[in-house]
Amino acid sequence: MLGRLTWSAIPFNEPLPLVSAIVVVLVILAVLGFITVKGWWPYLWNEWITSVDHKRIGVMYMTLGLVMLLRGFADAIMMRTQQAIAIGDAQGYLPPDHYNQIFSAHGTIMIFFVAMPLVIGLMNFVVPLQLGVRDVAFPTLNSVSFWLTCTGALLVNMSLVIGNFARTSWWNYPPLSELAFSPDVGVDYYLWSLQISGIGTLLTGVNFVTTILKLRAPGMTYFRMPVFCWTSLAVNMMIVAVFPILTATFVMLLLDRYLGMHFFTNDGGGNPMMYVNLFWAWGHPEVYILILPAFGIFSEVVATFSGKGLFSYRSMVLATLGICVLSLMVWLHHFFTMGAGANVNAIFGIMSSIIAVPTGVKVFNWLFTMYRGRVVFTTPILFTVGFMVTFVIGGLTGVLLAVPPVDFVLHNSAFLVAHFHNVIIGGVLFGVLAGYNYWFPKVFGFTLDERLGKASFWCWLVGFYLAFTPLYVLGLMGMTRRLQHIADPSWRPLLLVAELGAVVILVGILCQIAQLYVSIRTRDQRRDLTGDPWNGRTLEWSTASPPPPYNFAALPKIETIDAFWQMKHAGQVPAEPPREAIEMPRNSPIGIVTAFFATITGFALIWHIWWMVLVGLIAAAIAVLAFGWIDDREREISPAEIAQFERARSGQRRST
Amino acid sequence: MTAIDTVPAEVPTGQARGRGGGGPAPTRVVVAYGFWIFILSDMIMFAALFAAYAVLSGNTAGGPSGRELFNLRSVFIETMCLLLSSYTCGLGALSAERRQPARFFLFAALTFVLGGAFLLIECTEFAGMVARGAGPERSAFLSSFFTLVGTHGVHVTGGLLWLAYMVAQTMSKGLRASVLRRLLCWSLFWHALDIVWVGVLTLVYLMGVT
Repeated sequence: MLGRLTWSAIPFNEPLPLVSAIVVVLVILAVLGFITVKGWWPYLWNEWITSVDHKRIGVMYMTLGLVMLLRGFADAIMMRTQQAIAIGDAQGYLPPDHYNQIFSAHGTIMIFFVAMPLVIGLMNFVVPLQLGVRDVAFPTLNSVSFWLTCTGALLVNMSLVIGNFARTSWWNYPPLSELAFSPDVGVDYYLWSLQISGIGTLLTGVNFVTTILKLRAPGMTYFRMPVFCWTSLAVNMMIVAVFPILTATFVMLLLDRYLGMHFFTNDGGGNPMMYVNLFWAWGHPEVYILILPAFGIFSEVVATFSGKGLFSYRSMVLATLGICVLSLMVWLHHFFTMGAGANVNAIFGIMSSIIAVPTGVKVFNWLFTMYRGRVVFTTPILFTVGFMVTFVIGGLTGVLLAVPPVDFVLHNSAFLVAHFHNVIIGGVLFGVLAGYNYWFPKVFGFTLDERLGKASFWCWLVGFYLAFTPLYVLGLMGMTRRLQHIADPSWRPLLLVAELGAVVILVGILCQIAQLYVSIRTRDQRRDLTGDPWNGRTLEWSTASPPPPYNFAALPKIETIDAFWQMKHAGQVPAEPPREAIEMPRNSPIGIVTAFFATITGFALIWHIWWMVLVGLIAAAIAVLAFGWIDDREREISPAEIAQFERARSGQRRST
Repeated sequence: MTAIDTVPAEVPTGQARGRGGGGPAPTRVVVAYGFWIFILSDMIMFAALFAAYAVLSGNTAGGPSGRELFNLRSVFIETMCLLLSSYTCGLGALSAERRQPARFFLFAALTFVLGGAFLLIECTEFAGMVARGAGPERSAFLSSFFTLVGTHGVHVTGGLLWLAYMVAQTMSKGLRASVLRRLLCWSLFWHALDIVWVGVLTLVYLMGVT
């Protein structure tokens, strides 16, 4: 009846997971109870859960990413603490089986449910506004994408309470991940949650490629698009190009595990190295899917706060597309040690080094944008400068690792761990935090507290260097990654420094939470009624903060790059609001309904509850077919409503 | 796919909507374009499965190889069924565009029968192989064979269900713009499956028996 699911799936005899699971469940129940008591459900359902507005969906993506960041960081600090304690005779507080689950969950969550939602969230909010249009190409599909991502995150976190998670790291390499060596549900949690959220990501890719190529305001030619739109275009093209590979790879592994096939098994002619190749054919472009939006954010931030147009816009675009193409040709550098032969390794080593060229072009462009500009040192620009220094170090260690003989020495060492955290924290995370501080006033209509923002920046920066510089050194000393126990006591001092770094980062995260709290409490003093608090250059700053549901009463006419800057300087008044009604998509529950049944199906597949799989699939199919039948998906916003909003806005501006 | 129809009518002369300067493209273009991108992603998934087949096709692990298993005669018949169904699908799309529901239903029925025949032949082939002890768990070659060809078969099944659903929509609503848009996506999907099958025929069957 319940497949593999029995009471033994709940970790009654392991205090640590049990207590943390109980705490998490209690917190969730408390939040749900609080919402019920306050009577907020109708508001949440109508304004957020069923919303197909790209701005709302963007905010929900960001919220998901930031909440999951806390979970992923909890894993990180647990691992750092274990490594700081379990040295020599001491065994630490995490048994190997639990430790293995933690590093697997940390990587999986940070990549798929922190970094991806954060960059996709910012793209959702910003891209249609920067393009000067009213929504993405497929607004309802956008909602489906978001809720499927939530399903994935939910399944991963469910493994904390029911059953266990994979011990196979976030790559999930066979043959370890095959049924013979990982017979329980851990790997299945990993596979199904990523499979379901992967569908969501793919649909996002389809949606945004179509949006950017087919929906732009009149006059917005390709070479007038803001750089963030260009990097978003590159990223979404890459999503369309590589996420299907991941889907196919996981299908093969699932078939191995569920139907006894032999794609990656040791016996029956299977080939485990094929998984490694396919995984990184997706995985390397994936890291550029994460970093390119951050490059776009830095480009916007650096131009705005230097009071100058971006230096050499065209070379920035070309560098973006160059990285986009090159990133598809370097996957083998993740496993030089596979033994593909000197020639193959040499080609991939050279290709990997070449990627540094367009990246270098970008760094120089940012520097030259700041050169002789009137730089205003706000939190976003601090993150940008911190990024430039940190990312260059990460990039250089990457070029070092791209040399196959060096890689043979450093493969799977702590040096590698330091390298990719260097580019992901110093690149992606700093970028997202810069974007968060930069666009927050646009989203909510009030600015974030600068003092706490800067404090959080310094904690992140200092904490990062304290946590990861020791790992570079330890890697060179021979420490491999994912150690549950450290045999060599001479590594202790450096491991303690790394632990200290993690604590400093924790302070940074606490500063961020405090920043959000303080800013909300004092929002009446920090309202921005102009819609343009930073003296911005691109179109999102030309509309109100927060923008109305339709974004622009009349679509702007674009004549140059940095369209809003040009409009301000030409003294152009915004176009007259239209006299006819604006049609906007209606809210739809299809996203959350599909995700609900996807969650049931995923859970049932993980636990082999076949009747429930059938129920979930049929219900999801019926929901999709019912939605596909509807023709009337628009609601009209009347000219009177628009005029009222626009009058209220100009009234507010006059009174300040 | 909605805000698009509400663009101000005046666009700079000489610039089409959706091409650079002309403002957002009309809904029909956006929907078809988005669906093309989706099909591209589906093609890449098939590409990964093709790659896996290419790597594993020699790994028979002592079991039967393609030469012993494939029957080119039935493969020829099923190929003809699928190619013909693409032709009738095209005729159906033309009838729909000309607002000729009767002809559209006729061609939709023909497409459905031909697609169904293809599936029937494929299932018979699969059942025969499993009965001979050459199921997907026998060897890596057979795993990749069943997965590649089976994934295509699942797509054909989905396409047939979708076709039936579109016929039902046409019956109840007539060939209005929203139905025509969905039919356009469906026919793109159906033709794409043909392209994949040409790859399967060549790489799996024709190269498998030589």
